[in-house]
Amino acid sequence: MHTLFRDRSALPTPRSDPTRARVEDGRRAAGAIVITRGFKSRRPHGDPGRVPPGQYVTDDFPVLSAGPTPRTPLDRWSFALRDVDDRELASWRWGELLALPSSTITVDIHCVTKWSKLGTRWKGVTIDALLEAAGLDSPAPYVMALCDGGYTTNLAMEDLLDGRGMVAYEYEGAPIEPEHGGPARLLVPHLYFWKSAKWVRGLMFMEDDEPGFWETHGYHLRGDPWKEERYSGD
Amino acid sequence: MSIPWLTAEVVEIAAETPRVRTIRLAVPGWRGHLPGQHVDVRLTAEDGYQAQRSYSIASPPEEPAIALTVERLDDGEVSPFLTGELRVGDEIELRGPLGGYFTWTVERGGPLALVAGGSGVVPLMAMVRHRAAQASRIPAHLLCSWRTAEDVIFRDELARLAARGDALEVTHTLTRTAPADWRGHTRRIDRELLVEVLPGPGARPTAYVCGPTPMVESVADLLVSLGHMPERILTERFGPTGGRS
Repeated sequence: MHTLFRDRSALPTPRSDPTRARVEDGRRAAGAIVITRGFKSRRPHGDPGRVPPGQYVTDDFPVLSAGPTPRTPLDRWSFALRDVDDRELASWRWGELLALPSSTITVDIHCVTKWSKLGTRWKGVTIDALLEAAGLDSPAPYVMALCDGGYTTNLAMEDLLDGRGMVAYEYEGAPIEPEHGGPARLLVPHLYFWKSAKWVRGLMFMEDDEPGFWETHGYHLRGDPWKEERYSGD
Repeated sequence: MSIPWLTAEVVEIAAETPRVRTIRLAVPGWRGHLPGQHVDVRLTAEDGYQAQRSYSIASPPEEPAIALTVERLDDGEVSPFLTGELRVGDEIELRGPLGGYFTWTVERGGPLALVAGGSGVVPLMAMVRHRAAQASRIPAHLLCSWRTAEDVIFRDELARLAARGDALEVTHTLTRTAPADWRGHTRRIDRELLVEVLPGPGARPTAYVCGPTPMVESVADLLVSLGHMPERILTERFGPTGGRS
């Protein structure tokens, strides 16, 4: 089964092309571009004003989750805002969430694993509307999203306000399927999609920015796709 | 400090199946990895166009070269190039290691319940190879689901590893067609197969499940329903959901 295409005569000869210069440890020399022989674009290029760097557009809706898909029955579901000491400030059961003023938005989403999906339509309750319903006024500079299955992700409050974040419960006019984060997921489309936490059950306010699940496993604290903030240190 | 892009040179290309190639790369400056981690690959065309994709590492940390085992996706942009046009001596860029969750080393212990769908076997192969390189006897069960016998990746190597008598068991099942002399299973991974092949919840195994989304969803749900603890079921999914898009 293992057919080796071992062709020692094809090993590269030293190159003099300065654009291929590289330093000894393999890092690119400043400004050098490593061109891969024979590679060509095979698809129409995405609009660079709409598709962030390093992303490609897909019509699929891939699923990425670190564990089994949790399934909480709606009659036992609730969503809570919690203070810095993890005390509950406000809470809504499923029917109560649906009764709050809703918003529908159509946005592009960008996953750190490189796919982008354009023009996705979501319905839910903005974080602004949740805070207003709870009578709270931006209580802390950061939040940790808390989810079924133990997933967490950290966000700056300013990334959630002014309509930038919502708790979404419909995708393309239908309930969000469990593998895509239903019954409700956070939606923060201007950040990489791991910030749009699936199966979200609450937000805990924080005075300091602390890493959530993927952020402790090497991913960026904020995750702005336009700055390509994929991994810690980007 | 950000993770740097490194220049990697192709040192060997091996055909695993008609659709799958293993690409062995020499990567000066590589800082080592854990079994289960992946890399980002970046290709740049002459006109400056770039494409990035993620690929799991198939090789164990004990080997100096980085092996990527890549399946050709016919409508893809990067995998047809990597599996069809890349040659020994070519250079690509990669960045990593990435992903610190879906990982296993012998220090983490066992038993291990490894479940692969198709090329989802790749990160699990890094774990099995690492286990062998460490002469570990941690009980490990690898259950692989393939469409046809022709699609089986690492078949000979897995047979050799399972024959070492060091508590690794490997089970294959074919979901579409099986040759007349096939002695393995011939159905999708179902509840009965998981019960028959994998350590039960009483043994408190750690499960690593990797494959196409519908298969991983199904296996992870079944493991939970069998009583395995959700926090001991680690998953990695790829590809579309098959649902509306």
